[in-house]
Amino acid sequence: MNDLNVAFNTQKPTPNNVQLLESDGALTTLNLGPTHPATHGVFQNIIQMDGEKIVSGETTIGYIHRAFEKLAERRPFYQITPLTDRLNYCSSPINNMGWHMTVEKLLQIEVPKRAQYMRVIMMELARIADHLICNSILGVDTGAYTGFLYVFQQRESIYEIFEEICGTRLTTNMGRVGGMERDMNERAIAKLKKFLNEFPVVLREFESMFNRNRIFIDRTKGVGGISAESALNYGFTGPNLRAAGVDYDVRAMNPYSSYEDFEFEIPIAENGDTFDRFMVRGQEMWQSLRIIEQALAKMPNDGFQASEQHYVLPEKKKVYESMEALIYHFKIIMGEIDAPEGEVYHSVEGGNGELGYYLISDGGRTPYRLHFRRPCFIYYQAYPEMVIGSQLSDAIVTLSSMNVIAGELDA
Amino acid sequence: MQLSNRTKKIEPKPLNFWERMYLPVIFQGLNITIKHLFKKKATIRYPEVKRELSPVFRGLHILKRDAQGRERCTACGLCALACPAEAISMLSAERTKEEKHLYREEKYAAVYEVNMLRCIFCGLCEEACPKAAIYLQKDKFAPAFFGREEVIYGKDRLVESVTNRAKVGLDQ
Ligand code: SF4
Ligand code: SF4
Repeated sequence: MNDLNVAFNTQKPTPNNVQLLESDGALTTLNLGPTHPATHGVFQNIIQMDGEKIVSGETTIGYIHRAFEKLAERRPFYQITPLTDRLNYCSSPINNMGWHMTVEKLLQIEVPKRAQYMRVIMMELARIADHLICNSILGVDTGAYTGFLYVFQQRESIYEIFEEICGTRLTTNMGRVGGMERDMNERAIAKLKKFLNEFPVVLREFESMFNRNRIFIDRTKGVGGISAESALNYGFTGPNLRAAGVDYDVRAMNPYSSYEDFEFEIPIAENGDTFDRFMVRGQEMWQSLRIIEQALAKMPNDGFQASEQHYVLPEKKKVYESMEALIYHFKIIMGEIDAPEGEVYHSVEGGNGELGYYLISDGGRTPYRLHFRRPCFIYYQAYPEMVIGSQLSDAIVTLSSMNVIAGELDA
Repeated sequence: MQLSNRTKKIEPKPLNFWERMYLPVIFQGLNITIKHLFKKKATIRYPEVKRELSPVFRGLHILKRDAQGRERCTACGLCALACPAEAISMLSAERTKEEKHLYREEKYAAVYEVNMLRCIFCGLCEEACPKAAIYLQKDKFAPAFFGREEVIYGKDRLVESVTNRAKVGLDQ
């Protein structure tokens, strides 16, 4: 840990280092975004170029700001889950589960192991989907469409598993405070097993196209690099930090939802460039597969919801029949049960990095204040520094390998 | 920097001579494309063939009737309260003696509207309903619209038909 402290203190803060330069016609100003096909989302980079070289840049945010943190202030806890769907929409289940765990931390609910394992499976599937998108789109940006085309079928299978669990594919609203909304059924398990069988073959094929491909390596190696020190100063987490050589992973450092029960490794690289980010994500998919296999094999059978009648909805059948269940059902849905006062922070390893929830409750039915720690927001601040000195086409692959998702950037 | 004992360093081997040439990888990519040409198709011919959706799929809303064909909804308003998108609105009325065969409870929804432009199909209304009245169907989607008037679904389009019962909820 000592290393970390040194790293934090020795460097001047960077975020304001990059500013647009005064130009008397010698520099070209280029707007990359907000509606540019290569930005994969609605955000703008103003880039100044001297000939082919980028000399300065500025990032603009806020194009799809939807004020989630403010919206959350007048919604009961369970209604905030659909909002979190729309942060990083490539891996919504991770966002959902992170939010549930935050609320559970505030309410001090103990979730049964089975629910925790189910959550782990869903989160790792979401991570695979997220990394698949990032890596295959990076391929498309370097001109390799083939990989993208075939791995997307596997993403489809993942979405079908989500559909069995929660009823929809992209904006999942999966799980509930205190567990999951329903148990894993036969169909879901069958689909999951099929995926576990098929995916390694496809992933290996995908890797055979990129990992040792000279053209791809030439385009990505040494492009958009960031040093571990600088990455830490910006507050990088997740694959982007691990590519720079720091093995910080919330799943290992601060295990939640029973991650300590599983064996997995944290892949790291050293240069923090586009190629390393690609490799780290690729290896993480293998680790996610490992975790899913272990979780499925070890799945205990102790219920998928906590037995907390004040916070967890009673079974529907009981609601139709018994008065007591009906009363609790009404109280929970109407948000009549107050949360305790308090302040909690909980973070999960999102598809992109540490996704944190900072929740202050003043004892009412809604959060007093809620803040999402969104990794994309942080990565994007470092973007100008990372692309200065490179060419325009490098700037595009850098952006796509950082996996900045507009929904998460702007909340 | 090592913070945990799970670290695994990625160290790709240097490229060999064959791999350093540009041409082989192009043919390798082409090879994969050709191989996939002979594999089973991943796509289905959509309007003719439809994928089987999961039994819990969250599609278009329906307001159920009970076994005697009476509307189940009692206009308790829980669904509207649970809706994070504030898409549901309703007006309640009291059932008269002559309407006993139409409504299951003494209070019923005279007006019940779901605004499909607001709705995010989260399924919380279905979960909230204590009368097994509102469900999201697994085999119907909200269609595309041409005007804003069409978007607000009233009872005429939400309540299931007496003759052609939907297979959701308690009847399933
Ligand atoms: S599905 Fe969700 S958004 Fe739509 S009406 Fe029901 S509660 Fe509201
Ligand atoms: S649909 Fe259900 S929840 Fe909504 S008003 Fe009717 S009975 Fe109440």
